[in-house]
Amino acid sequence: MTWFRLFRKPRSARVARDRLKSLLDYERALIGQRDLVSVLREEIIAVVSRHVSLSPDGIRVRTGHVETVPLLRIDVELPASVRG
Amino acid sequence: MSQVIVVTSGKGGVGKTTTTAAIGASLAKIGKSVVVVDFDVGLRNLDLVLGAERRVVFDLINVVQGQANLSQALVKDKRLDTLWLLPASQTRDKDALTEGGVAKIIDELRESFDYVLCDSPAGIERGAVLAMRHADQAIIVTNPEVSSVRDSDRIIGMLDARTIRAEQGGRIDKHLLISRYDPARVTRGEMLTTEDVADILSIPLLGIVPESEDVLRASNIGMPVTMITPIGPAGIAYETAARRLTGEDVRVAVPEERTGLFDRLFGELGFGRRAAA
Repeated sequence: MTWFRLFRKPRSARVARDRLKSLLDYERALIGQRDLVSVLREEIIAVVSRHVSLSPDGIRVRTGHVETVPLLRIDVELPASVRG
Repeated sequence: MSQVIVVTSGKGGVGKTTTTAAIGASLAKIGKSVVVVDFDVGLRNLDLVLGAERRVVFDLINVVQGQANLSQALVKDKRLDTLWLLPASQTRDKDALTEGGVAKIIDELRESFDYVLCDSPAGIERGAVLAMRHADQAIIVTNPEVSSVRDSDRIIGMLDARTIRAEQGGRIDKHLLISRYDPARVTRGEMLTTEDVADILSIPLLGIVPESEDVLRASNIGMPVTMITPIGPAGIAYETAARRLTGEDVRVAVPEERTGLFDRLFGELGFGRRAAA
């Protein structure tokens, strides 16, 4: 039947399946990353709060890229009373 | 024990309201007490599909805001004694629905009904989250089509993160209901198979509802598709799904194309492979 299939267009359902699979792998990873950020944020607040009092708004956790290197950036704003 | 089940999909127009009405009626037919709750504030339609639109007096928002109590707002089905509707508001702002108000209503409904079916609005906004918030189980209605599958995947992620059960470290039972399935197009390779959809979304299959003229005909006359006589293929698929929900061990039937002798011969020769569950 190979000769027969040679003249057929690829079946569109198969294209749909393959497109969905690769798209959803990507989207699930993105959403997973967003969850990672919120988990990290909460845990950092908990750890730092044991030593200094800080406002939850003073913490920013982000993921990003510099060129091709994925980065996690965490900024913690310390109260004025803490000296580095 | 009472079960709260959200009927959801992300995408609009895939058959959430049809499914809520059909499964609600099926459960009532086998003797369960059922309330179907319309969460689509501003765009209510469950009343229309159930043929109860002229008997709506109070709605969900009236109950949340204390202008009516629950028993005043519940509308009893004229044909099935154990089927009730809690309508959405058609005129109020959807922000009138509060988290605390919804929690209180669901708690009260749990006391009186075996099944509380929550018909979710489309989208992933507040209304959809409130509809799923208290669910023990979810029916994800999906058409075998790329945008519907993608949106279902998104909703599944939300069910695992935004429901009370998930927040408390538990899980909610998720069931895939594929609707508008066209066996002829699947055979021709023009439509995703049910295995493809179930495999991509990786949740168990509750039922496969074939594309059917009955769905429109039933909604035209204000009947759930499981209530029309004689019951058609879509109605039978919903009845089977409802029985599976109750824990009965019934096989999911894959709708088959009505074939002629010619197709059957070619089928035998391996040309038109048919999908199996």
